[in-house]
Amino acid sequence: MVIVDRRANPQGKSLPNRQRFLDRAREQIKKAVADAVADRRVSDLDSGAGVKVTAGSTEEPSFRHTGEGDHDYVLPGPGTLNRGDEIEKPLGGEGEGGSRASKGGGGEDAFEFVLTHEEFLKYFLDELQLPHLLRTSTAQMDLSRPRRAGVTIHGQPSALDVRRTMRNSLARRIALGRPDRGAMEALQTEVDDAIDAGDEGREAAAREALALALRRSARIPFVDPVDVRYARHERQPQPATEAVMFCLMDVSGSMTEHMKDLAKRFFMLLHLFLKRKYERVEVVFIRHTDNAAEVDEETFFRSRETGGTVVSSALRTMAEVQQARFPAERFNIYVAQASDGDNYTPDREQVASLMRGRILPFVRYFAYVETGGSRAVGRHADRVMETELWSTYTALAAAEGARNLAMRRLTEVRDVWTVLADLFAKTNRVAA
Amino acid sequence: MDLLFDGAEWDFRTLDAIYRACEEIAVGEFGLQPYPTQIELITSEQMLDAYSSNGLPLIYSHWSFGKHFARDEALYRRGYQGLAYEIVINSSPCIAYIMEENTATLQALVIAHACFGHNHFFRNNYLFRQWTDAEGILDYLAYAKSFVMQCEERYGIAAVERILDAAHALQNQGIHRYPKRKWRLADEEKRARERWEHEEASYNPLMRTLPDTAPAAQPPAAREVEEREAKARLRLPEENLLYFCEKHSPRLRGWERELVRIVRVLAQYFYPQRQTKVANEGCATFCHYEIMTRLHEQGRIPDGALLEFLHSHSSVITQPDLTSRHFSGWNPYALGFAIMRDIQRACLEPDDEDYEWFPAFAGNGDPWGTLRDVWANYRDEGLIRQFLGPKVMRRFRMVQLADRAAEPAYVVEEIHDEPGYRRIASLLADQYEPASLAPLIEVADVDLFGSRKAKLTHESRHGVRLDARAAQKTLRHLQILWGYEVCLQEREAESDRLITEYVPS
Repeated sequence: MVIVDRRANPQGKSLPNRQRFLDRAREQIKKAVADAVADRRVSDLDSGAGVKVTAGSTEEPSFRHTGEGDHDYVLPGPGTLNRGDEIEKPLGGEGEGGSRASKGGGGEDAFEFVLTHEEFLKYFLDELQLPHLLRTSTAQMDLSRPRRAGVTIHGQPSALDVRRTMRNSLARRIALGRPDRGAMEALQTEVDDAIDAGDEGREAAAREALALALRRSARIPFVDPVDVRYARHERQPQPATEAVMFCLMDVSGSMTEHMKDLAKRFFMLLHLFLKRKYERVEVVFIRHTDNAAEVDEETFFRSRETGGTVVSSALRTMAEVQQARFPAERFNIYVAQASDGDNYTPDREQVASLMRGRILPFVRYFAYVETGGSRAVGRHADRVMETELWSTYTALAAAEGARNLAMRRLTEVRDVWTVLADLFAKTNRVAA
Repeated sequence: MDLLFDGAEWDFRTLDAIYRACEEIAVGEFGLQPYPTQIELITSEQMLDAYSSNGLPLIYSHWSFGKHFARDEALYRRGYQGLAYEIVINSSPCIAYIMEENTATLQALVIAHACFGHNHFFRNNYLFRQWTDAEGILDYLAYAKSFVMQCEERYGIAAVERILDAAHALQNQGIHRYPKRKWRLADEEKRARERWEHEEASYNPLMRTLPDTAPAAQPPAAREVEEREAKARLRLPEENLLYFCEKHSPRLRGWERELVRIVRVLAQYFYPQRQTKVANEGCATFCHYEIMTRLHEQGRIPDGALLEFLHSHSSVITQPDLTSRHFSGWNPYALGFAIMRDIQRACLEPDDEDYEWFPAFAGNGDPWGTLRDVWANYRDEGLIRQFLGPKVMRRFRMVQLADRAAEPAYVVEEIHDEPGYRRIASLLADQYEPASLAPLIEVADVDLFGSRKAKLTHESRHGVRLDARAAQKTLRHLQILWGYEVCLQEREAESDRLITEYVPS
């Protein structure tokens, strides 16, 4: 008998199969993830989630019987039954019928399991990308990676390519006829044999051959400098896709708590998405009431403020920051704006001219999300009154034919994900 | 004698001592003949891994194993489902997985149950001897895994999954019920390699450019003869659908045939297990019970351990009755153990009833010899038909319920009394008849020279029908393997009337 301790073996032997299963159940998982996002508090958005998977793409059908037809069952009884007694169908606990259904392996239709944190984010953010992301500059040469590029005869000892060196050495030794160890030993044996045999003529010949071989082997080195090769590395410039995302949030008094929650969730998801998928995207947070300020992440998401509404202040701040720090020729510029759509009416012209002159020409994509109150729910969702900002932007989009201006309305927490996914879908559809 | 252990703690030396003590009893006193054993100690995580692959130590990659893992893991984490104490693999050496969480008593129980009970059964039962190749299975699994991986590299995961999904759907219909020849799994890899090489060597792209010979050009009589001969080669009807596709599908490529074969070989490997649940578990439970009591008699396990053992043992052999909330059909451990105990009793202390029921062995004084013979030569159906005695029927208060489709309620037709015994034993045996475990579906006809449509039949007895939706979906998988149209006719066995025809959906 042998006892083998397998506890130290690598765990998670089933992980690759789990991954394949998840890929297979992708559609269902995505839906479950979107539901999970709506149910959570803003701060747990990036933890794992339970997912319920029903049959469908992960069904395993097989030929099996239904419970219909005539059957005879022999079962353990309670001891009180007699011939002719009747028991209502179905039996307690489904009896035979239940066990038959699961026999074929097709009975287990729905079950629930938990996605890990990583899996959750993967499915969550998988479908998103920044639209129109272009390679803006190759000037920044620190963005380069070493790459193998053949071999060279000069180099550092650490880069020695041993295999190639030895191959060259072997080829040279064969070509120049350097006697190898076997040949030397054979010559030596021949000398010994000749001595043993007492044949002097043969001994002399053998000794001469051995001496010649020794000279040859001393003359032709085992490894010669001409054999040596080093691995060559080249620094290859990486395309620099530098991008900046401006997050503009209205925190004025007209925004209800519900609207602010919607806006925050939206930016939270957007931020999560950028952080996960793009290493080099800078995010600038700007919030505004009747005046705007660039703030840090913490302030943007946590602190409260209130006041009137002048949207142009935010746009102006954004344009200033952009000009100062993020030149359009180097950066892909993105803007996401969330507001309830109210604006100080005389500000309208300002907004339009800022957008026209200083923003839309430079940005790759401008996503505007209008957070509405519950008044816009249900049947009247599409008949909601056009807000000040919405009509301004609609006019802009129509006049400019601005393909980079997208607008969505957001009224319910459960739609946050849909709206974001819609705005940043891989097949970037821009608002009509 | 000295105690093997005291308390719950154990180490490798304890396991070794337990194994030796059990071996002394099982082999020395009881005359069991197990394969050599390899005990593998694993964690609960690894136990879950093993679950998802039917307990096999390694298996090819497929999403369905991931699905089973996700489900088992979720059930386990929520506490709906406990983990088995052990998993044992029919291989030589016999591999028994035991969990590190078990107490010393449980390890002793598991060793007695798996390493001697199941192991003896695997080595001696005729079904396992006939159908499985214990020496070859581990190598075969390794070969199957690497073959699937190679195919995935060469042809892509999706192409491989398409075939495996289809073959999995048909694996219950991928079994030879009557032996043709003994499997030698070690030859499988060689055979596959030869098939592959032959195909590559004989590939000739020019052949593809030849125009098809028009069948109409032949005289009709010659064509008929040819068709008859071709059909005879198919050996219809064929109930092993996977075998049929593997051998005769016009569309499958060599590697695809091999994938189908792998699934078929593994389905066949599990076939004896499905037919011997009661006998196998009965054997193992009886062995662990006898070995543990014997260990206690010898003073090698403390009283506390005996109590702990009896507690686990009695929960293993619980059989709730049909009125109970916990009822979910027969517990093979309970039924098997009761039958084995009854045989033992009839050998040692027979009464008149036993002489009447078991004249062959009642009072022969050799319970172990009798049981070894039972374990070697019977599957569940035969075990119940021949060895289910009136005492066991009374012990479980067995009743026979008639479930007639037309009636609104089940009717009790027989109970555990003198006039009822025979019918109850015979009907319970029918319940374990392999034919009733999976629907019997046959390839009845193939239109070889026309549309190549394959016609399948299912005989419906006593109004038992196929699940229509599942049948349609499964047929779609069959169509993938066959490559041409398929249909399935369900006929009433009693009248040969066509009930319905299923097509893939």
